[in-house]
Amino acid sequence: MDRIQFDRVSKRYVLGERRNAREALIAAARSAVRLRREGAKELWSLRDVSFTVADGESVGIVGRNGAGKSTILKILTGITVPTQGTSRTRGRVAALLEVGSGFHPELTGRENVYLNGAILGMSRRAITRAFDSIVDFSGVERFLDTPVKRYSSGMYLRLAFAVAAHLEPDVLVVDEILAVGDAEFQRRCVGRMAEAEREGRTVVFVSHDLGALTRLCGRAMWIEAGQLRAEGATRDVLREYLSSGLRAPDGEALIRSGALTVSSVRVQAPNDPQVTALLREDGVRVEVDFELAEKIPGLDLALYVTTQGGIRVVDEVLSDRGPRPLSAGRHRAALTIPPVLNVGDFTVGIWFGTAHEELIHEPAAASFVLHGSDQDRPERLLVLDLPLDVRDLSDPS
Amino acid sequence: MPAEEVAPTVDGVPARSQPERRPSGPTTTPADEHVQQWTENTPRGTRQERPWTTLWRSRELIGYFALRDIRLRYRQAFLGVVWVLAQPVASVAVFTVVFSQLAGVSSQGVPYPVFALVGMVTWTYFSSAVLLGSSVLVNNANLISKVYFPRIAAPTAVLLPPGLDLAVSLVLVAAACVVYGVEPTLHLLAVPAWLLLLGATAFGMSLWLSALNVRYRDVQQAVAPVLQVWFFASPVAYPPTLLEGWHELVYAVNPMAGAIALGRWSLVGAPWPGWSLAVSATSAVLVLVGGLVYFGRAQRSFADVI
Repeated sequence: MDRIQFDRVSKRYVLGERRNAREALIAAARSAVRLRREGAKELWSLRDVSFTVADGESVGIVGRNGAGKSTILKILTGITVPTQGTSRTRGRVAALLEVGSGFHPELTGRENVYLNGAILGMSRRAITRAFDSIVDFSGVERFLDTPVKRYSSGMYLRLAFAVAAHLEPDVLVVDEILAVGDAEFQRRCVGRMAEAEREGRTVVFVSHDLGALTRLCGRAMWIEAGQLRAEGATRDVLREYLSSGLRAPDGEALIRSGALTVSSVRVQAPNDPQVTALLREDGVRVEVDFELAEKIPGLDLALYVTTQGGIRVVDEVLSDRGPRPLSAGRHRAALTIPPVLNVGDFTVGIWFGTAHEELIHEPAAASFVLHGSDQDRPERLLVLDLPLDVRDLSDPS
Repeated sequence: MPAEEVAPTVDGVPARSQPERRPSGPTTTPADEHVQQWTENTPRGTRQERPWTTLWRSRELIGYFALRDIRLRYRQAFLGVVWVLAQPVASVAVFTVVFSQLAGVSSQGVPYPVFALVGMVTWTYFSSAVLLGSSVLVNNANLISKVYFPRIAAPTAVLLPPGLDLAVSLVLVAAACVVYGVEPTLHLLAVPAWLLLLGATAFGMSLWLSALNVRYRDVQQAVAPVLQVWFFASPVAYPPTLLEGWHELVYAVNPMAGAIALGRWSLVGAPWPGWSLAVSATSAVLVLVGGLVYFGRAQRSFADVI
């Protein structure tokens, strides 16, 4: 039996909808004299999305930033309503869209557990019952009566996740929480979700961590520009998603963040951009086109490459803190990787940011396959062809 | 590296390529009976249930919201309760000099300080609840855009912390009655009716203003000056009998006029407010019902516009 049914769901956002009373009065006066409202831009975050999730199933959702993944979760959980269509869920839905929303810094750990549990829909009795294991999971026992503003960020995250992880819902919805916290925290989170799944709960999981998705979810959906682009076994969907690359229709913005717009991310052979199949022994060239509407002081830019197993083999940073920062205008960042990688599937990640904030982070900006012979050694990551020198130690001369 | 080499376990549990069906559902079954029913989310909203049902279901959440606000307010204020009492005492002292001694306003046969104190205590409850209520959704914006919880719990919870202050202030009223020799009467039995009218008025306003403020932040700016005017339009420092005949009934459209008069009748034996009470009660109910309807509609877009 189904747990979740999405029936032709669409969601429209009207940009700049928040108005003050003065603007509202002007708008009302305009519509009274039948002048059309100006500047109300519409954005369809979801268009006609339908899917179902069966009882006890784990489904992963992938897609680029702004594709509509979070909107699906918000409609699923009832945080917002669809513009068209219907979403149905059966049983209790618990969502973790952000770790620690609802925590108040001035309250103690204990008080926050109860408050946050109540906000997430637990009864007082259920919280009391789960209290010990929440404390256990978070490991903040000694600080239970300390205001959480004095917690380290790690403790804070662990406690907040622990509450949500003990909701015992029929449907558990988790959005990109693995982006925060250290490796240990992430391992615990995934472990806890696997546990929920073993208990027969339905799990919907949005993540950029494709490794975790593969391990946790049998089925995956790929959302692109508000539509369901592909659906099926996780491994197949991820392969399709990764091989799609990132390329906007001519000149359009691919990803935008403030003054920064990335318009394309390309992978090609270093010598010949026209070649479609990349050969291991030729190496790889990654090009990122971006535009700065204005100078961004201290802009850093990183390109990295990960294997399908999630190992980061290349990670190069351009630190723009020098005397001549990047000027406003169009730029192309290029990285040529010599022929050292073994054959296989790789993913290109891009990161833009300053010391203060992350502007753009797209871990799956593009992907590529290196073809050729692995020389019967598929296990190795690098093919360096280093000379292996053998000497005869018994010969004294 | 071939895809098959991805470590196929999570904490020792093999990954599955196909979801397998399990004979039973989750091991723990929450007690609520609606738990296995379908919940629909349509363009018209989430659940079509009566607001009272929602309120009853979220009573614990309302309690925790209120508890949070109470704790935050008292945790770092050394004198705590003293501040609750300072405000009505100071105002009553000023009113006694200005209205009673200089202007010679009547106090309906009750010693003026007691008369003004009941008015002030009633008004203070109302104005703090409305002030809190108008900003409660905006102050919890992050929660509203990231968590689903019954939205109505927030503007309901703001009724409780001022209620605690009111309880403390009533001790002060009792003390004033002893000092000025006002005897308690059987009218005290009507105290719940007084609280109900007061609470309903504050709840109605809190629903309206909290929801309006999500869309128009001007509301937050307007609340304080409007309350100030409203204060003088309410019989806090003077008796409603300054107006006569049908003027008094029009005056009673302000639900706080009825609430204050009812409080005085019940607590300190002022005259029965008569028909004007019915007018006030009606307008309180209208504000409340309108508030519930408006809030119910507006809440659909809270997460999008906040």
